[in-house]
Amino acid sequence: MAIMSTNMLGLIFANLHDENIPDLTKNRTMGSVPFGARYRLIDFPLSNMVNSGITSVGVITKGNYQSLLDHLGSGDEWDLSRKTGGLQLLPPYGNDRRRGLYRGRMEALHSVQNYISNSNAEYVLMTDCNVIVNMDYNHILEYHIEKDADITIVYGYGNYTREQMLTKTAFGFDADGRINDVLIYPDKEGEFNTTMNMYILKRDFILELITETACRNLYSFEADVVQHRHKEFKIYGYKYNGYYEQIDGILSYFAASMAMMSYERRQVLFPRRRPIYTKVRDDAPAKYGLESEVTNSLIADGCVIDGKVENCVLFRGAKIGKGALVKNCILMQDTLIGDKCEMNYVITDKNVKVGGYRSLFGTEDYPVFVGKGASV
Amino acid sequence: MYHVKKECVAMILAGGQGSRLYALTQDMAKPAVPYGGKYRLIDFPLSNCVNSGFDTVGILTQYLPLVLNEYIGNGHPWGLDRVHGGVHALAPYESSGGKSWYTGTANAIYQNISFIDRYQPDYVAILAGDHIYKMDYSKMLDYHKRQNADATIAVLEVPWEEASRFGIMTADENGVITEFAEKPAEPKSNLASMGVYIYSWQTLKRYLVANENDKDAKKDFGGNIIPDMLKDGCKMVAYHFDGYWKDVGTIDSLWEANMDLLNPNIPLDLHDPNWRIYSRNPVMPPHYAGDASFIENSLVAEGCNIEGRVDFSILFAGVKIEKGAIVRDSIIMPNTTVKSGAVIEYSIIGEDCVIGERVHVGERPESIADKESWGVAVIGHQINVSEGARIKPKAMVSENQ
Repeated sequence: MAIMSTNMLGLIFANLHDENIPDLTKNRTMGSVPFGARYRLIDFPLSNMVNSGITSVGVITKGNYQSLLDHLGSGDEWDLSRKTGGLQLLPPYGNDRRRGLYRGRMEALHSVQNYISNSNAEYVLMTDCNVIVNMDYNHILEYHIEKDADITIVYGYGNYTREQMLTKTAFGFDADGRINDVLIYPDKEGEFNTTMNMYILKRDFILELITETACRNLYSFEADVVQHRHKEFKIYGYKYNGYYEQIDGILSYFAASMAMMSYERRQVLFPRRRPIYTKVRDDAPAKYGLESEVTNSLIADGCVIDGKVENCVLFRGAKIGKGALVKNCILMQDTLIGDKCEMNYVITDKNVKVGGYRSLFGTEDYPVFVGKGASV
Repeated sequence: MYHVKKECVAMILAGGQGSRLYALTQDMAKPAVPYGGKYRLIDFPLSNCVNSGFDTVGILTQYLPLVLNEYIGNGHPWGLDRVHGGVHALAPYESSGGKSWYTGTANAIYQNISFIDRYQPDYVAILAGDHIYKMDYSKMLDYHKRQNADATIAVLEVPWEEASRFGIMTADENGVITEFAEKPAEPKSNLASMGVYIYSWQTLKRYLVANENDKDAKKDFGGNIIPDMLKDGCKMVAYHFDGYWKDVGTIDSLWEANMDLLNPNIPLDLHDPNWRIYSRNPVMPPHYAGDASFIENSLVAEGCNIEGRVDFSILFAGVKIEKGAIVRDSIIMPNTTVKSGAVIEYSIIGEDCVIGERVHVGERPESIADKESWGVAVIGHQINVSEGARIKPKAMVSENQ
């Protein structure tokens, strides 16, 4: 672990991209969307920061952040309950009295200007919560310093459909890796270098940008800074070649969840030396009953399984009744599935109850979603 | 320093060696022995304290305290990192009067009188660190106060034939203890002491000091303190407990206590959200049940990766069962790997072991003719068993094979 990062302030945007998965963000932020049987999406950037040696992290929120507050607490699960630095929650209406809720990343930064300027860090790492990855941010910082960049943006490369591209920003580069073209939500399909929504900048440079954009009523980092001023600023792309999943809709959420069934991917996402931390719940180990049959599934503590489970993600405290048959489902915390239920391609939010003998079927390209606390 | 007064301070006796668990206690004290898929024995008294509203706890350590001290840390997993009170590991120490190990349970408390006095408690609860049970001590404290007792001893009814293994209380119809016998050959009662006591502190302190000054006295509760108090006419009452309670002194009882968790008729529900047992949670992903896995009537903790067959077993965090491996009626402690083709039956496997391909550990009792030679097989911690090896039932393995 490099020492370098003690010089880096972490900023996490918990609410950006909420609109991409409206079902799951109805009562919560993108950052507190449950994922992978026991995590919330914010656990990934937060753990990556801690594992990279960052000890001061600000979490910028907008609305719906009760579940996020509950999840993060004092930050001690991530070892961020500290005397200096540590975890700081930054709710909206920070110190911008003129405007209401922020419209974009630059306005959000403006509202936490004091937090940034009070930090002694030389660099700021900003990230959103829509990428599931286990990454050492020091590599990006090294690259940023090597290129003497003003802004370094992490990107990945892939082949995307038109629909996917409607939520993505893509870049073109010169031979040195400097950004010379920026496409925001292009209505195109094909191979693109797309943003992973992680950025490194000098703290002083961010503060300058905040001042400049705020007085001109500009609020978008991607449009007003990266796109419009890439000729003026040295904006570099850092290509991430490792494994990651990006959540830009319910289908990619579903696919990313199912991708966790691969042993190799779990080894990459959850290595022992760089664990992903989360809030503990003190559940007992999962209990398999006498007639349980479980294959190709991820199961958290606190589950009680008496039925048949295939290709599922079971969050903490999910219970499957006798004779139930549950396939290709994501069942969030404390979902109760009654005896002899049949379910295929269903996502249940927290505390859903499905009575005995019910059937619920979605399809691979349209999983049924059952909202928080609903009874079926 | 100013200390807030506490009504009751809990003292957990955690110095025990657990010599009959040999291979499992070679590098940790008995209260640190793993249990139930994610716990250590000490989690039970600690969680009971927290759930009973006791927030000031001393843990008396002596034998191999490293694992236990590290595990307890600042008490955060149990909510015992408190400004006032909280959990304190109390090891024997050197003072101007000389240095001394804890020479018995009473002596251990005696040496920590100043710790207890800082909180000016009215009562002190003395608890064993290696018993498995869920108990609301606050109800017992209420009973102690209602009875206006000097000492309250929690008792449970044991089968008469087992009574001579315990400290046995005889009580009258009002619950007042009239007689106490430590492991009597011919028990007069079947009320066994659970190793859970509440004392009125000032009274106990007098007896601890007197006991310490008596050169010939045994320095423990069963040997002297309880008989002395009884003889002097102190009011000692029995508090009846009828839940699940298990002392895991032997390999067989440790194995049984784990298997009890798989028995729906045994009243020890770890899934009860109203009386959680807290523990230091491993930081691991959820467990994965593979394509070819078959898991039945088992407890499986997070971080496990199961491709083989698991039947009537308890798997701790990070255990790996490869394809074609079979685990039956066994307990496998954290981060152990069972390679393909291996068979594990009626066994306890320690932490961080590697069981090689086609190894066979233990045996079902029904497939062995000589019943005397049957028993649960035990493999200690950090042991490698190379491929094809045969570990017999009742074996106690503490070196690589």
